[in-house]
Amino acid sequence: MRRPALMTASALLACTALSGCGVLGEEEADLQVYSARKYGSEDVFAQFTEETGITVDFLFADNAALLERIRTEGADSPADVYMTVDAGNLWNADQQGILAPLDSEVLEAAVPAADRADDGTWFGLAKRARTVIYDPDQVDPADFDAEDTYTGLTDPQWRGRLCMRDLDETYMTSLVASLIDLHGEEGAREIVEGWQANEVEVMGNDVLVIEAVEAGTCEVGIVNHYYLAREQAEGKAQGVELYWASQEGAGTHVNVSGAGVVETSDNPADAQRLLEWLATEGQAALIDGNHEFPVNPDVEPDAEAAAYGPFTEMTLDAEVYGSLNARAAELLVDAGWE
Amino acid sequence: MSAGRGRAAWSGAVVLAAALVVAPVAAVLLDAVAGSGRTAGWEVPAGLARMVQQTTLLLLGVAAGTLVLGCGLAWLVTAHRFPGRDVLVWLLVLPLAMPAYILGFVFLSTFDVAGDVQVWLREVTGTGLQVPVRGVGGAAVVMSLTLYPYVYLLARAAFAQQSPTTWEAARLLGASRRRAFAGVLLPLARPSLAAGLALVMMEVLTDFATVQYFGVRTVSVGVYTTWRQTYRFDLAVQLAGVVLLFAVAVLAGERLLRGRARFTQRGGRGGGPTPSRLAGWRGWLATGVCVLVLAGGFAVPLLRLVLWAAAQLAGDGQPVDPRFGGYLLNSVVVAVLVALACVALALVVGHAVRLGGGRVVRGAAQLTTVGYAVPGAVVGIGTLLALGAVDDLLEALGVPGGTGLLVTGSLVAIVLAYVVRFLGPAHQAVDASYAQVRPQLTQSALSLGAGPWRVLTRVHLPLVRPGVGVALVLVSVDAVKELPVVLMLRPFGFTTVSVWVHELASENLWSLAALPAVVIVALATVPVVLLFGQVRRADRREQASR
Repeated sequence: MRRPALMTASALLACTALSGCGVLGEEEADLQVYSARKYGSEDVFAQFTEETGITVDFLFADNAALLERIRTEGADSPADVYMTVDAGNLWNADQQGILAPLDSEVLEAAVPAADRADDGTWFGLAKRARTVIYDPDQVDPADFDAEDTYTGLTDPQWRGRLCMRDLDETYMTSLVASLIDLHGEEGAREIVEGWQANEVEVMGNDVLVIEAVEAGTCEVGIVNHYYLAREQAEGKAQGVELYWASQEGAGTHVNVSGAGVVETSDNPADAQRLLEWLATEGQAALIDGNHEFPVNPDVEPDAEAAAYGPFTEMTLDAEVYGSLNARAAELLVDAGWE
Repeated sequence: MSAGRGRAAWSGAVVLAAALVVAPVAAVLLDAVAGSGRTAGWEVPAGLARMVQQTTLLLLGVAAGTLVLGCGLAWLVTAHRFPGRDVLVWLLVLPLAMPAYILGFVFLSTFDVAGDVQVWLREVTGTGLQVPVRGVGGAAVVMSLTLYPYVYLLARAAFAQQSPTTWEAARLLGASRRRAFAGVLLPLARPSLAAGLALVMMEVLTDFATVQYFGVRTVSVGVYTTWRQTYRFDLAVQLAGVVLLFAVAVLAGERLLRGRARFTQRGGRGGGPTPSRLAGWRGWLATGVCVLVLAGGFAVPLLRLVLWAAAQLAGDGQPVDPRFGGYLLNSVVVAVLVALACVALALVVGHAVRLGGGRVVRGAAQLTTVGYAVPGAVVGIGTLLALGAVDDLLEALGVPGGTGLLVTGSLVAIVLAYVVRFLGPAHQAVDASYAQVRPQLTQSALSLGAGPWRVLTRVHLPLVRPGVGVALVLVSVDAVKELPVVLMLRPFGFTTVSVWVHELASENLWSLAALPAVVIVALATVPVVLLFGQVRRADRREQASR
């Protein structure tokens, strides 16, 4: 009477057998990329393959999940390259010791020192700015504090007029981390509480913030610039203007999306080559259609991003984001930020 | 006696199933403790009190909503005849195929402050009217509309399984229809209602996309955001522990609701109460109520999605992603595998409990439902850890190279993780059906010399068929909708329809996401329609036997 055990076993065996029957992904490419950055990656990698003959498979997932997967897979991990958004995430991957330091003249020449790790474990490839948008029918941009626009939004004149982002992505957290760096933890807490005192409406994503400003339910929002560029390229959000924050002070908050070579990679040479290509010839393909700024100073941004005009960037110190992000997240949660 | 030995094997199978579910959860807890470098002590995560409060409020709201809708509608369609009833009885299951995160998104884009309705109202009235619909209230409405079918399905099965003699006896003794329902039918259906509600609560507990749209910070959202923002996996796991505590409370609540009473049938076949005809306006009112629920939870949002998708296809002239067929196949294969595996295991468990497995078996049977209360990402990591451990063990035992990555990041891992996650609903549905089988029936079959296997195939299976049908539908629909597990574990080049929606939605490309969203709904509708066919055949048989 071993039927029950048999039933259980055969149910599991059937699964295993079927799983082995080629329902899985295709055969292995030269490079396996784990990416938490989606936009248009397929086209970029296709172009890379065309130019170099190196084939690329890529897996898109949530950043935390990818890191955990690489960590759990350990030495067996098939990942060669790890790509993600947010310098804090890159710094953290480095902290966990999953990235290999590279010694590449090409990358050091292409990527400014501020946008990469000192030890060459990761390199920024594209930049995004998190700045203020507004409804020009309701707001005179002269009312913004040109020196410290983020802090200026705590002024009572903005009461009931603000929309910002929830904690779902790291965008808001990184911004607050940079405020902690500028003003200290207490100062940052006061700014967040000041926004809340102004009855800030917290929304689930950047597009909702843009739509709210367009619909007139808010007058001022804070978003990543490329979301506005994308909406406006589609002919939407025509009544929304972008304002480069803190131009007479510390500059507008910027962050990078970037990549590093995974330490356990079986093919580190090709992995490094992919990074070098992305930072040079591949820059245009990488930012094409998503309107991020190229990290390489020799490459021009696309027309939509360039249309917002030149601006001064806040100094990006990835180490600061990485180490302060957790504190910023805690600060926001403590303050009851959604 | 051979039956005794057979029983031991069945009991062993239940303990194995429980171990299968518990292993990944335990692996995560162990890893978190080991990884944190702290063997004791509990850091209270930021904002915990508020998360617990919001979770509790949402649970209560959705419990009330699904109970009223699910139980009320089930009673309406089983005990009454009204225009369109024969079609509505199964149409009412359809909102099950509408993932809450998709309905939530459509709901907000329609009714939120910047949504079409309010923009239009402001234009018409010329006022600055702004009605906030985000928050616990809005989330509870959306979740009740998509989750009530769990209660409805199980309640309907319970009403229909009951023998008409019970009902007729109550009526002959002078009870009004309403009193017979409230005093006789409802208590008899209590185990099923409790099971349905428990499932709904677990769904609410582990949801993270819907609540995030509505700005509700539940403990599950806390797990994800803590993990993402602080890079502290151990803190996230602690919060997952809080989710588990909630789940334990839900299961305890289910036990309480079931009560100590055990109701089983005497005489007569199923078929439920004798339906009464609702005449005139009453009949149309009943129709109206059903249609309204259907429109809100399924038809209207689907129509909006279809219109968006059509506009997208027409406007951009963008061809549909050529790999679309592959995504679809992946979703179907996973759903079918998982549904079959879960239902087979649930049957083994239910049967073993029936054979009189004692306290250990009953405890193990309860444990198999725990995975449903663990956030998907946590189950995913647990599966990776558990498989990694097995792998290392094999290598240590000298199996050359172990199983390597054949196991992690493969379909096996995905199916395993899904089974861990969805054994709960399968067990609840099958168990609710088993609860109405008289123990004496099992005992007499055994004492007449039938072995456990024969009892299962010849006695139990025919009796619990309604529960098995429901279980297959619940699991396969859930598997099509599930996202975190597949994101965590998928191999290269393996994309399902839900991953496809997520990729677009995570970039806020909502207009592009409409098409795959429609596909998910369509796909999830298939098992519901199959179930309907089965229910209708059963109904016909009942009517013929009267």
